[in-house]
Amino acid sequence: MAGEGWGGHSGRIVIVGASLAGLRAAETLRAEGFGGSLTVVGDEPHPPYDRPPLSKQVLLGRVRAADAGLPRRHAVDARWKLGVRASGLDPVEKRVLLADGEHLPFDRLLIATGTRARPWPQSDEARLDGVLTLRTLDDAARLAERLDAGPRRVLVIGAGFTGSEIASACRERGLAVTVAERGPAPLVGALGGTLGAFAAKLQRAHGVDLRCGVTVTALRGSGGRLTGADLSDGTRIDADIAVVALGAVRNTEWLAGSGLAAGPRGVACDAGCRAFNMYGIVTDDVFVAGDVARFPHPLFEYQMLSLEHWGNAVAQAEVAAHNMVSPGPRRRPHLTVPAFWSSQFGLNIKSVGVPTFSDQVVIAQGSLKEGRLVAVYGYRGRVTAAVSVNRAKWLEHYRTLIESAAPFPPPAGAADRPESPVPVPSDVPDPKVLSHGPTVALTGHLPDRRLAVVVRQSG
Amino acid sequence: MSTDTLFHRITDYAHRADPYPLYAELRENGVARQEDGSYLVGTYHEIAALLHDPRISSDVRHLTDPGDALLRVGDLPPSFIGLDDPEHDRQRRIVMRPFGPPHSPGRIDALHGDITRIARELIDAFRGKDRIDLVDDFAYPLPVTVICGLLGVPREDVPHVRAWTNAVIAGLDFTPGTDPQRRRRAAGEARTAMAHYLEELAGSRRGHPSGDLLSALVNDAGPEGQLTTPELMTNAVLLLIAGHETTVNLITNGMLTFLRHPDVLARLRDEPELMPSAVEELLRYEPPVQLLPQRTPLTDVEVGGITVPRGAPLVLVLAAGNRDPLRFADPDRFDPARQDNQHFGFGSGIHNCFGAPLARIEARIALTELLRHLDTPRLVEDPPPYRRSPVLRGPRHLLVDRVGGG
Repeated sequence: MAGEGWGGHSGRIVIVGASLAGLRAAETLRAEGFGGSLTVVGDEPHPPYDRPPLSKQVLLGRVRAADAGLPRRHAVDARWKLGVRASGLDPVEKRVLLADGEHLPFDRLLIATGTRARPWPQSDEARLDGVLTLRTLDDAARLAERLDAGPRRVLVIGAGFTGSEIASACRERGLAVTVAERGPAPLVGALGGTLGAFAAKLQRAHGVDLRCGVTVTALRGSGGRLTGADLSDGTRIDADIAVVALGAVRNTEWLAGSGLAAGPRGVACDAGCRAFNMYGIVTDDVFVAGDVARFPHPLFEYQMLSLEHWGNAVAQAEVAAHNMVSPGPRRRPHLTVPAFWSSQFGLNIKSVGVPTFSDQVVIAQGSLKEGRLVAVYGYRGRVTAAVSVNRAKWLEHYRTLIESAAPFPPPAGAADRPESPVPVPSDVPDPKVLSHGPTVALTGHLPDRRLAVVVRQSG
Repeated sequence: MSTDTLFHRITDYAHRADPYPLYAELRENGVARQEDGSYLVGTYHEIAALLHDPRISSDVRHLTDPGDALLRVGDLPPSFIGLDDPEHDRQRRIVMRPFGPPHSPGRIDALHGDITRIARELIDAFRGKDRIDLVDDFAYPLPVTVICGLLGVPREDVPHVRAWTNAVIAGLDFTPGTDPQRRRRAAGEARTAMAHYLEELAGSRRGHPSGDLLSALVNDAGPEGQLTTPELMTNAVLLLIAGHETTVNLITNGMLTFLRHPDVLARLRDEPELMPSAVEELLRYEPPVQLLPQRTPLTDVEVGGITVPRGAPLVLVLAAGNRDPLRFADPDRFDPARQDNQHFGFGSGIHNCFGAPLARIEARIALTELLRHLDTPRLVEDPPPYRRSPVLRGPRHLLVDRVGGG
């Protein structure tokens, strides 16, 4: 299908988004022989950097935020337009509009605009000095500096992975920290009830003042500085710093009016990373990768998945880039099993599959008591995910079980779990009851919500 | 036929120099039951599955018929390499504390200067010699000096270490037609003697730490405390033997491979930055540990369409998996710049080689220094004479002539 004129290896490619996915896509395009013009647009002034250390080593003061740059695997021959936001996409004229007025014409476009931290909803309260979010390198530098100053108490709003890692860093620094979470436990939105309860115990054992089932109703300040917060249970917290860790917002606003299936849940694309338009018709010149993408996954009933995972950004960017320069029959699907890790409170937590796509969970190896374990998740009798705590080397086994839709519960007989373990309900709450947004979201089968409306109207 | 099973042919010394055609045959056969009831696996994906399967035990005491495998172990409990989780995990973590991350992240990197110095001293001693034995003159003394220094074994005791190690390794020889019982008993005795020696040495460091691993193991304790005395003995033996034995073969196999591929040798001289990748390729192409002989399922386990019964001996032929064309493109080609090279040179899964970071930097430094200082080396005989063990495979001698060298 690719004509000689395009050939895949010439022409103009624009990548919007200069973080992990954008960088890896640019590298892959060049590595695959793309010889045309390549422009990478990023709204931050920094060259691509690595986010996982920002909530870990950087907050502990072990690594400076400025040193979190992503290693370049190869020098990438590209024009980097950094510090400029993309403001629109004209799919007919095939050009990206930039906030500085420039128009970037393209033959193929990769959307990798990722997410940003969900801000505190009350904008006057959000402006108080001491109210922070953590997403970017500048955020991390600011927060680390505030922690260096020795605040009397840090309030973390939201006990997802980011919130929990921030709380962990505070405790490791010896700082008093209160965590407020609307859901019943930390991490429950990603890992379900069993490991949520484990995480709650863990946080309390490390001295976190953990408040679950509450919301922060107001942030209080005096003279423009944060002084504390009111909780929905009527209690009040005094704090110098509040870190808003309510999850992420997908950067899709700039695509309004582009006709693409882009909205708050991300930009829908097919297994080959090609964007859908709002009618569910796949485009052939606009591709999507990374946190901003929603893509169908065969292991999860072809539901559209949104993943905020480092590994997904890399894998999907590589597939997208490959497909951007390859004729149809040589294109590859993005099929990797989702995986992520976190380190907090001295533990290494690692996940494969989608734990929220489950109805049951079983501790297949180790035990909650030891704090070393593998929890395996099942949905309707097949294995869909596994989460390890300080047992990451076993996950490869469970990845294979997930890929092959092996029966759940997995066969007994593990050396470190001799008796037959009993599955229990996985207790994954509705994301609506959580403070923190889920880092994995199953978002149904349709590429666009508007399409559902259209179908209903015509029916 | 019973004397001619594939496993017998693989372990037969006659095939030591080139077992790879037999490995190809093994891969063709899939998971293969041998006449003695053991199962042989040589395909990459099946080996990977078994190495990560929590139902596969590394503890010979779970074999239905441990036979004389226990003799090899001697009077002591198994070291962590022969244990399963959670015991394996606990001991390995205690031993890791003074060796690597997260508690001692810089330990191995800090040895870079010492290893380079030792390598250069050994090479300096070649001067004036037209013929050298790369094993005795270089590949053996380098890692043994390094591991003894790291553990805290005095240099003058190296000859004992060598004798004990040889006996222990001989216990891993499955060559048919020889008397394995006698060798395995000797291996057990050597292991016990070495353990008592190391226990005494460690005891002398108690309260008198001297910066080495034995001192750390008897003086320092993490949240999980220290190893018991038998655990200390058995794991110290493991570190000492595994800490040099396999590296000798890695270095020797490395030079042998380079000498067989003059284009590669020339390229590595021009592009020394390629050496880390070349070492990975060596670990795939000529791995020092060819097979893992002592795994067994704790319950019936299906692999490659075959059910391996609980307690049956399971032999994972890593070197065959490393050349599986279903995993590696052009697997019999030595490509020092190979990408996507997730080999089994250090195993995989929870028993993944403890000393891998040390082996990697030793091999990189050793081979880089040899290439830098050995002008026009020439292989005297090809294949060279091999050591007996089919498990830890490598040349016994590697004679090299230095034609017109300085």
